[in-house]
Amino acid sequence: MSHPRRRLGALVTLALVSTSLVAAGCSAPGSSDNSPATNTGQPKASVATNPAKGGKVTLNVWDQEVRGGQNAEMTQLNKEFQEKYPNVTINRTSKSFSDLKTTLRLALSGKNPPDVVEANQGYPDMVTFVKAGQLVPLDKYAKLYGWEQRYPKTLLDLNRVSDDFQHFGEGKLYGISQMGEYITVYYNKSKLKSLGLTPPKTWSDFAAQLPKIKAKGQTPIEFGNLDKWPAIHTFGVIQAQTTGKQDVRNLVFGTGNAKWTDSATVKAAKVLQDWAQKGYFTKGANGLGYDDASKKFADGTGVYLITGTWQAAVLKKPMGKNLGLMLPPPAQAGGEPTTTGGESLAFAVTSKSQHPDVAAAYLDFITNAHADDVMTQTGNLPAVPGKAADALPADSPEGQMVAGWKDLSKVDGLVPYLDYSTPTFYDTITASLQSLIGGQTTPEQFTQTLQADYQKFHQK
Amino acid sequence: MTQAVREAQRSEPVVRSRSRLGRLRSLYARRAPGEPRAVGYLYVLPALAVFSLFILVPFFQSIWYSLFNWDGLTPATWVGLDNYTALFTDPSLRGPFVHALILLLFYALLPIVIGLLIAATLSRMRIRGMTFFRTVLFLPQVLAMVVVALAWRWIFAPDGLFNAGLSAVGLGGITRPWLGDFTFALPAVGIVGTWVEFGLCMVLFLAGCQRIPRELYEAARLDGAGAVREFFAVTLPELRPQIAVAATLTIVAGLRNFDLIYVTTGGGPGDATSVPAYEVYHRAFEVGQVGGAAAIGIALAILIFVVTVVVSRLIEGRR
Repeated sequence: MSHPRRRLGALVTLALVSTSLVAAGCSAPGSSDNSPATNTGQPKASVATNPAKGGKVTLNVWDQEVRGGQNAEMTQLNKEFQEKYPNVTINRTSKSFSDLKTTLRLALSGKNPPDVVEANQGYPDMVTFVKAGQLVPLDKYAKLYGWEQRYPKTLLDLNRVSDDFQHFGEGKLYGISQMGEYITVYYNKSKLKSLGLTPPKTWSDFAAQLPKIKAKGQTPIEFGNLDKWPAIHTFGVIQAQTTGKQDVRNLVFGTGNAKWTDSATVKAAKVLQDWAQKGYFTKGANGLGYDDASKKFADGTGVYLITGTWQAAVLKKPMGKNLGLMLPPPAQAGGEPTTTGGESLAFAVTSKSQHPDVAAAYLDFITNAHADDVMTQTGNLPAVPGKAADALPADSPEGQMVAGWKDLSKVDGLVPYLDYSTPTFYDTITASLQSLIGGQTTPEQFTQTLQADYQKFHQK
Repeated sequence: MTQAVREAQRSEPVVRSRSRLGRLRSLYARRAPGEPRAVGYLYVLPALAVFSLFILVPFFQSIWYSLFNWDGLTPATWVGLDNYTALFTDPSLRGPFVHALILLLFYALLPIVIGLLIAATLSRMRIRGMTFFRTVLFLPQVLAMVVVALAWRWIFAPDGLFNAGLSAVGLGGITRPWLGDFTFALPAVGIVGTWVEFGLCMVLFLAGCQRIPRELYEAARLDGAGAVREFFAVTLPELRPQIAVAATLTIVAGLRNFDLIYVTTGGGPGDATSVPAYEVYHRAFEVGQVGGAAAIGIALAILIFVVTVVVSRLIEGRR
């Protein structure tokens, strides 16, 4: 005989399970939220470029500019924008890069996403958001505000996604970035001098200095790769020298017939492994943290440090005038420099925003000539350096940083970050670079692993 | 006269009114004294509602997601059990589970062995300042895992404390970047787990030792048992329930280990230290493979469930 108590218990369980199942939703995930964009981003003629006519507007902005100089720059620009347009209130949410990356996806798929978001370039983020119809194409605004004249093409292209959502680097424009960044070669001025060396003028000079520094018992290049990603930048710089900028671009954006297994990339891998095995990098680089390596360099160990311009402010504090910056030296003295680099995350407008025109005006405001000067004054590298940048002393780290950026822009010398290549490339290349540096794989095996990932993605 | 009977008598007039409530009451009035009342379910309902909202719903949702290929945003495509078969066929997915099982040696086996040794020793002799030592040894368990991980990251750094210590005792030859070494990164992370977990085991076993009847030890000693014999004949069998608890706690902690890996190695070098919990996070939030991540999560939940049941049957002897 069934016990009433048990029967009730079974009922409760059944009810719970079934409600859970209903709540879990028996439709395919992602389908319900994929209603076509409510807003096509068509500028309304009246408010298109004048947010003052837009009535009372609140813009919700999500950015990742939490660090010192970046936060200062955003705070000031937001304040100035609201003073200029008192009818607009900016509601800023600022999160660190990884916090933004993990929450933005959910926020965008919700019913009430922020109006302006900072989206990371590349397949897992920007391309996916565009594919899901969550970002507004900005080409009309680009025309309206003359972004195409102001910005170098290479930089704008990084924020473009192709119409079939298969590539980025071409197609419609979905965002605009405030700042430039590139991988630079930092050097310790007094240390280099005490070793009787001068900043090298050519790449082969640079390579020839490394054994000399090593012979004198010093660490030639301070390098910490425990966090996995720093080696992308070190390898990127070497590869840009051996392969040339056009081939790297073709590789990353999937255009042309270039392969990762081409001899030039194999050569770059050989150089990296060779430097690691000969002890030109910090001993045990795979076990040293990125920040720890920077700290060691700032404390005076290591002659060179190869990393991004984002570290300039951090390194300048302890090192002062002792800190030098240069572009990776070109093959011939006075030749065209090339290095890995790009721009900060792109500010984009979401499709569910009720005020795309005001949002676009805000985008223009935080990237215009005045904004560039604000960024320079707060110690940042604006994507398009303005008057304030020209006034920086030439031999200061900031002055060298801006000069390097201008040289790169002049000769169009930037090559994209290698992890842009495929959606899984970050994992593939970081893991393989650790193996390459640790001597677990040969340069040939390394490039084959990269090519396998690359082929898998581009055959689809 | 019991409370129930008294209540039953009081409810008599209501029964006569033949209302539905009355019939219900009379039904319960007839129940034997002391038998649990169905109204108990009403009391647990709030907790059940919260439990189902935050545990059951997400659990079934995860099962549902794991049957799709989904990037978290665009419409998903149905792939059935493909995400699960990939767990067995794809080496990059199989690897994390193998690592997790190897880590169990460090997270569960070693702490229990060390905990038993310490407990057996400490319970045999009187040590001055015993409470102090117990507290110090238990301390790692109290610290936040992120703090522990950061500290050990520095200890294991190429010029960190560990290598400095090795060099100081003349073992400079075996120093290496421990967390960046393909062979030793996993054991290095495991050692941290041992350091964190053994204090918990020790405290559990010490508490267990205190409730072992002294007569058993006296009897063993009268029979001529030495320290070792005594340990295997008395201490170990008597600590069985505590060992089962320690094993369950440490195994679960070991299998869902995420923060330590996230902070120390990020799964590297290469994929040498990637574990399932880290892969779930990495795939769902960083790469946008929500379906695959959900499948790993479900598989991990099943693995933890199975291991826990096996442990409670084998060690505790519960049926």
